[in-house]
Amino acid sequence: MEHAEPALAVSDLNVEIVGENGAFPVVSEMSLSVRPGETVCLVGESGCGKSMTALSLLRLLPDSARVASGSIRIHGEDFLAMDQRRVEDFRGDQIAMIFQEPLTALNPVLTIGEQIAESVRQHRKVGKREAFARAVKCLELVQMPDPERRARQYPHELSGGMRQRAMIALALACEPKIIIADEPTTALDVTVQAQILGLIADLQKRLGTAQILITHDLGVVAEIADRVIVMYAGRRVEECSVYELFDNPLHPYTIGLMGAVPHRAGGIVSARLTDIPGTVPPLWDLPKGCAFAPRCPGASARCLEERPPFIEKTPGHFAACWEHDNG
Amino acid sequence: MGRRFRNTSLILGAIIVLAIVFSAVFAPYLSTHGIEQMDMRNRFSGPTLTHWLGTDNFGRDLWSRLIYGARVSLMIACISVTVSAIVGTAVGLTAGYFGGWTDLILMRITDIFLGFPAIVLALAIVAVLGPGIVNVAIAIIVVAWTEYARVVRATTLMLREQNYVQAARALGAHPLRILLKEILPNATGPIIVLASLGFGTAIIAESALSFLGFGLPPPAPTWGWTLAYGTRFMRDEPWLAIIAGATIMITVLGFNLLGDGLRDALDPRHLSRSAGKKK
Repeated sequence: MEHAEPALAVSDLNVEIVGENGAFPVVSEMSLSVRPGETVCLVGESGCGKSMTALSLLRLLPDSARVASGSIRIHGEDFLAMDQRRVEDFRGDQIAMIFQEPLTALNPVLTIGEQIAESVRQHRKVGKREAFARAVKCLELVQMPDPERRARQYPHELSGGMRQRAMIALALACEPKIIIADEPTTALDVTVQAQILGLIADLQKRLGTAQILITHDLGVVAEIADRVIVMYAGRRVEECSVYELFDNPLHPYTIGLMGAVPHRAGGIVSARLTDIPGTVPPLWDLPKGCAFAPRCPGASARCLEERPPFIEKTPGHFAACWEHDNG
Repeated sequence: MGRRFRNTSLILGAIIVLAIVFSAVFAPYLSTHGIEQMDMRNRFSGPTLTHWLGTDNFGRDLWSRLIYGARVSLMIACISVTVSAIVGTAVGLTAGYFGGWTDLILMRITDIFLGFPAIVLALAIVAVLGPGIVNVAIAIIVVAWTEYARVVRATTLMLREQNYVQAARALGAHPLRILLKEILPNATGPIIVLASLGFGTAIIAESALSFLGFGLPPPAPTWGWTLAYGTRFMRDEPWLAIIAGATIMITVLGFNLLGDGLRDALDPRHLSRSAGKKK
């Protein structure tokens, strides 16, 4: 599995928003690859380009945004060069997305079963009855209680956790090879969150999908990620395996993020939470050097002047920081 | 759910509309006289036991003529509402969903139709096509579809930004499928409301056309023409005009009440409130 072909390979992707005063970048020099069976987490604060990355992977960017350069390959095929029809064939069948808010991402006037069946019929040549049966199967797969009955209900009749299960079932309906989950548990309460994460991890193990999970919650990262990409102001600042990230974070932003999460030492909640001073700089007015420098406790003159390259600091551990250069 | 049944204008409107539809459908059984049967000794009789709503200037039974007239009015309203709703909805969905040039061109065309004074345009069309149920309906359609186009476009603009539309796109849905399966079902509320209000407007328009002599030619029992010749005898025999006018007014009122009631009942805020309660 380690050396399998990547299911999804993004290289040097630049996304920009075209405004009245010209274009400014929202995602810069993004590269990532996911192999079948692997989970890559994209972590960062709101507005750091996580969701834009996700939308560009499905070619669903809003009208005001566009991919300026770079490539997205799905199973080796150039996704950005495909015509609209082929893109529609790919979406849902090869690559699917689980959305953040299951209530708004499900159509309120169609039953859960109808919606899943609809998606199945889009990609498979099956009849209505068969598609509906497949929908019930999918709901069973995501451990929806009483799937036969739930399939005939509308989204508002389900609880938050069940809606998210339905959403996942919808994404899984055509057995896509790649799943992008945009904060799939943010709208849920903590106990349900744990169930859903367990479900996602379990399904992935069984189906062997490649998965990109977008979150701002390091607890979620620790739970299910294989590899982690930390983003800041539209760029990657650190990338490594999940163990490496928690044991040996290199970038001061990552370290700052960890300080902002409650953790326990020896069963006692330790110390106070620390925060990162300042806020994310606006994307149309990024500092010249490292985007994080104004907030960085260890920033030097060089950090303010030159942008640090994103390079391999130790084997398998990438970071963009002038520190640790010899580490 | 209780809210929907406490909606008085919905109930009142529904009762009036049902009563009129009922009398139109069963006109042959409910009528007391033939619509062209004249009783010259009982002209302008006023309501009596034999002539419930009185008689007109030829001694024809007004009750019978009015319920047969309901058939004409409802038939024309039905055709024009159905066709204009379909045309307008299609235009609105297309313009709203695709935006850009498509939107610009379609909406400017809509504006052109809106720019004409409605009744003048309708008169011109009937004058060119000649009278007849279908032609009168066409005249009404040409004016009425714009309303649907504008409302459906606005609704579509709002709905296309919804997450579930995005989600459907993410699952590979074709634009046509998104329009018909994701957006249209969510836009039915306003369309139904407009259609029921549209019935009222269509009946007014049909009456206006026949009042001006551009509707179905006599002796067809149209409400508009009955009102028109009723007004000629207004000074001495006001019954005729009053009853014909009241019939038109009550019918239109019924459809408007129904439309208002439906608007309240189908209002998404009300829906979500009752949905919230159910949890």
